[in-house]
Amino acid sequence: MSDLKKIKDDFLLKLEKKLSLSEINEIKTNLFGKNGLISSQFKKIGTISESEKKKFASELNLIKDELQNQINFKINEIQSVEINKKLEKEKVDITLPERTFVQGKIHPVSQTIDEISSIFSEIGFSVEEGPDVENEYNNFTALNTPDNHPARDMHDTFYLDEKKEKLLRTHTSPVQIRTMLKDKPPFKIIAPGRTYRSDSDQTHSPMFHQVEGLHIDKDITMGHLKGCLNYFIKEFFEIKKIKMRFRPSHFPFTEPSAEVDIGYEIKDGKIVIGEGDKWLEILGCGMVHPNVLKNVKVDSSKYQGYAFGIGIDRLAMLKYGINDLRAFFDCDYRWLNHFGFDPLDVPTNYRGLSR
Amino acid sequence: MKITFDWLKKHLKINLKEKDLLKQLTNIGLEVETVEDLSPGIELFKIAKVIKTEKHPNADRLKICDVDIGKGELKKIVCGASNAREGLITIYAPPGAIIPKTQTKLVVAKIRDVISHGMLCSESELNLSNESEGIVELSTSKYQKKIGRRYFLESKTNTIDLSITPNRPDCLGVRGIARDLAASGFGKLINLKQKKIKSNIKHSLKVKINKEKNQTCSAFGSCLIKNVKNAESPQWLKNKLISVGQKPISAIVDITNYIMLDINRPLHAYDADKIEKGLIIRNSKSGEEFTALDNKSYKLEKDMCVISDANGVLGLGGIIGGTRSGTELDTKNILLESAYFKPRSIRNTAKKLNIDTDAKFRFERGIDPLSIKEGLNKAASLIKEICGGEISKIDIQKTENYKINKILFNPNLFEKISGFKISNREMVKILESLGFKTKKEGKFFSLTIPSWRPDIMQEIDIVEELVRISGFDKIKIVDPIKERTRSTLTKSQKLFHFLQRSIASKGYLEAITWSFSDSNYNDHFKSKCEDIRIINPISSELNVLRNSIYSNLIMYMRKNLDRGFKDLSIFEIGPIFSGPNPGEQNTVICGLSAGKKSRLSWIDEERDIDVFDVKRDVVQTLVEAGYSSDKFFIDDKTPNYYHPGKSGRLFLNQDKDHPIAYFGEIHPNILKKIDLKTESLVGFEIFMDNLKLTDKTLNNQKRKFEVSDFQKSERDFAFVVSKDLKAQDLINVISNIDQKLISNIRVFDVYEGENIPENQKSIAINITIQSKEKTLNDNDLEKINNLIIKTVENKTGAKIRS
Repeated sequence: MSDLKKIKDDFLLKLEKKLSLSEINEIKTNLFGKNGLISSQFKKIGTISESEKKKFASELNLIKDELQNQINFKINEIQSVEINKKLEKEKVDITLPERTFVQGKIHPVSQTIDEISSIFSEIGFSVEEGPDVENEYNNFTALNTPDNHPARDMHDTFYLDEKKEKLLRTHTSPVQIRTMLKDKPPFKIIAPGRTYRSDSDQTHSPMFHQVEGLHIDKDITMGHLKGCLNYFIKEFFEIKKIKMRFRPSHFPFTEPSAEVDIGYEIKDGKIVIGEGDKWLEILGCGMVHPNVLKNVKVDSSKYQGYAFGIGIDRLAMLKYGINDLRAFFDCDYRWLNHFGFDPLDVPTNYRGLSR
Repeated sequence: MKITFDWLKKHLKINLKEKDLLKQLTNIGLEVETVEDLSPGIELFKIAKVIKTEKHPNADRLKICDVDIGKGELKKIVCGASNAREGLITIYAPPGAIIPKTQTKLVVAKIRDVISHGMLCSESELNLSNESEGIVELSTSKYQKKIGRRYFLESKTNTIDLSITPNRPDCLGVRGIARDLAASGFGKLINLKQKKIKSNIKHSLKVKINKEKNQTCSAFGSCLIKNVKNAESPQWLKNKLISVGQKPISAIVDITNYIMLDINRPLHAYDADKIEKGLIIRNSKSGEEFTALDNKSYKLEKDMCVISDANGVLGLGGIIGGTRSGTELDTKNILLESAYFKPRSIRNTAKKLNIDTDAKFRFERGIDPLSIKEGLNKAASLIKEICGGEISKIDIQKTENYKINKILFNPNLFEKISGFKISNREMVKILESLGFKTKKEGKFFSLTIPSWRPDIMQEIDIVEELVRISGFDKIKIVDPIKERTRSTLTKSQKLFHFLQRSIASKGYLEAITWSFSDSNYNDHFKSKCEDIRIINPISSELNVLRNSIYSNLIMYMRKNLDRGFKDLSIFEIGPIFSGPNPGEQNTVICGLSAGKKSRLSWIDEERDIDVFDVKRDVVQTLVEAGYSSDKFFIDDKTPNYYHPGKSGRLFLNQDKDHPIAYFGEIHPNILKKIDLKTESLVGFEIFMDNLKLTDKTLNNQKRKFEVSDFQKSERDFAFVVSKDLKAQDLINVISNIDQKLISNIRVFDVYEGENIPENQKSIAINITIQSKEKTLNDNDLEKINNLIIKTVENKTGAKIRS
């Protein structure tokens, strides 16, 4: 047996025993120290004849690697045992409460507006806005509701001056006027926003939210109106089937005008949309009155279309089971936290409205 | 508008049930609001006979009656009526019955220790008349054999309350509703025969409409009825009125009301003997006064339409009559008025005087101008029938003649608007049943508009009639096309949504509060703004438009703190107002945080929320929204509602005129004034309109990706500087020394006190130095370190702390 083989066998045998870190280090020195057994073998290489040199060197390297690996393995083994021992002492009671995280929320009205925008975005509507303070002309006169028209009684208006020329808009419909005056047809917009009426009780708040819709083009009929609202309601309530009823009504700025009811029933004290034989009014709509188009200089012999107005707060109440309208604006921390939405829950077309 | 099925049947021949009727009314645009059983339990009221009465032991005025309620069954009833006596036949209401007048439900009650099983009723309690003295006395001969039977024989009556839209005055009469139903194929309209009335006396009262500018009255019809005997109305008439919620008054008044409700023709009856020398319809003079039938005195402005006589104003035309010429039970001679007043002036006058009457409600919507004669005829013949008397000829004064309205209607418009088809024959059928006269003229129809339809003015109104009567369910759905040609949101709308969710993600709950505010709160936050008053606020607490979101937010914050919550953050994004004109508003995000950032827990120390928490929220939100923090500049000029020493103003690119945000502690004086108790209250305002919008999209906002893998080195410096020196200025000086090498600057300590001279402070800074080109050697590092020290010392007057 060559020297090399002997060294290898001897030391591998030694390394099989249970060793302390210092014993291993001693072995390491014996082998690879300055005058270690392996180190001295390397020194021998120069003295060996050319013919055997190559074989010897390669054999030596193999043995060196094997022994070194075995030593490293033993060292790692011991170290990991020691680390584990140390970690054992560091154990915490992991059931103790975590650091607090404060969760912010998005108001249900804001969430609902985003949902509405997302739905209408899909069918080509863009979002327009208008000021909360309006002049009497945009809010009424231009919308075919002249002064002393009884329809004005339906709008209890907040005024900002004695002449009653400036007011808080009573609906989002003046955005129709602003949009049509600003641009040229076709128009396809929605306009969500704050609206105001001097009315306050359990079911009325002096401020509430509406979304206006307007679609004017060359041949937009009541069939398009029905289709648009049917699509919207199904998407909004995230149901496949909807019972919808158009009921003739009157708004000065649309003709014909309709109110739209959706079918519902009460199941286990909760409102279920789309079934049952009860009707719930959710919006008003109609074909934009030629007088309105005339007021905004749109040629009603070429262009026609529909408009609608939906109560946003009402929609939010129905969808999310909120009973009290007044609570929307009461700012009760508990209510905001309960009905609010995680800011990461952004309603989008591709992932749907809800999680 | 209230109707009953029975009343409707007077005008409509119909075989269908009330349930179907309700559905159809709504289908044609006459929305059924409520259906109310007018007389619940009406069958419980029984004819009964008082058998015996005795005095109540504990009350002088009360009697205890033994009452036979049929088949010899006796009930003990306590009764206070003086006419309760043995043998009297009257009406008995058992426990459980609802008294029509008071709508209270009877129960078995102890009255002064004696149990009473029900009640004997007066006429007024049963809404039979105004007679409240004593209980009903029924004729013995007529009712003797009916003891125990129900008193009210009519079947259950439902009052159907319809919401009539303001364009449909014709449906403010039962006949108009019947006509609409018939047109929609629901029953057949009954042709009512006009009764010929004999006029055998002269119309001796002169009526004159003054010809003047703005004369509201264009026609005034009248007739005189002499020697009437006004009395209570007969039962059928009373019942009719009661069934639609009207209170019977006297035959003459009831008849005029009845005609009004039946055919929507308001009438007015004057006591002719109280009219001095004829009627003049004229415009009022400023300051004229009269007392109206509502017993209120009104002072008139100039040019209101009044009916007057030689002694002054009698009433307001089309709105309300006056007490001076009102009819009473002893009225003998009456003048019946049936006139036409122009809707707009009626509304104007009524609004100015704040009067609302049934007549005004109808005239302002438009009365059929051709119904003057019909109304007079109908009312006069009923008066004659009920009250007797002789009727004069009808006199009609006119200033204008009614013009027949015609429309040329293109039948193609129907399909163009509605999207579905009906035949020309069908159109003609619908229109004629609604009262239109139709005539074909080439491709068109020439339509004569019925005089009772002031709402129909142009072709589109005809389309509406046709769609409404054909049924909205015939409209076929056209599914929307999923195609987008314009982006849904504008840049600023996107920013709005982004900021809203960004703030919420930092622990703030979004609130929505009203755009108006209590001026007491708003005053604290309005800075230099003038109050923007609402002239008709809903309450004094909501009397101004808010100049700041804080006004509302702080009030609600206080309410929440009062609820016992300690640490909370709320925010709102919405408008604030700078003036009373459209557009004088800005969009602001405003947040408030109260209490502590952390409460004592097993893991954390307590710490009040402070200005640097809120500064982080503002800065981080802006960074997330895409604004570079390199461009932020902050100074301490803030409005007076912030703590003067702990608040800041943030602007971009040195543009001090358009601050992007304020943040800081809310001024302690305000907290004191509004009694808000918390450890700390900080807030911020971000002014969305001052944020410049980038026209870059996300893909070109990203710069070239450049990083350095060469070794970096960190060095700490401590400078002793003047106490006034702002950290921001120090950082700016350092970062400008060598932007290629200095990659990060971090303030890790600010110290004042021992070892530091007075009016000075020490700022300790950690600076990261890294080159993009090479590994810096000791020499390079030494060079830059020295440069940092030298530059800071030169530019800020600082001294390096050794």
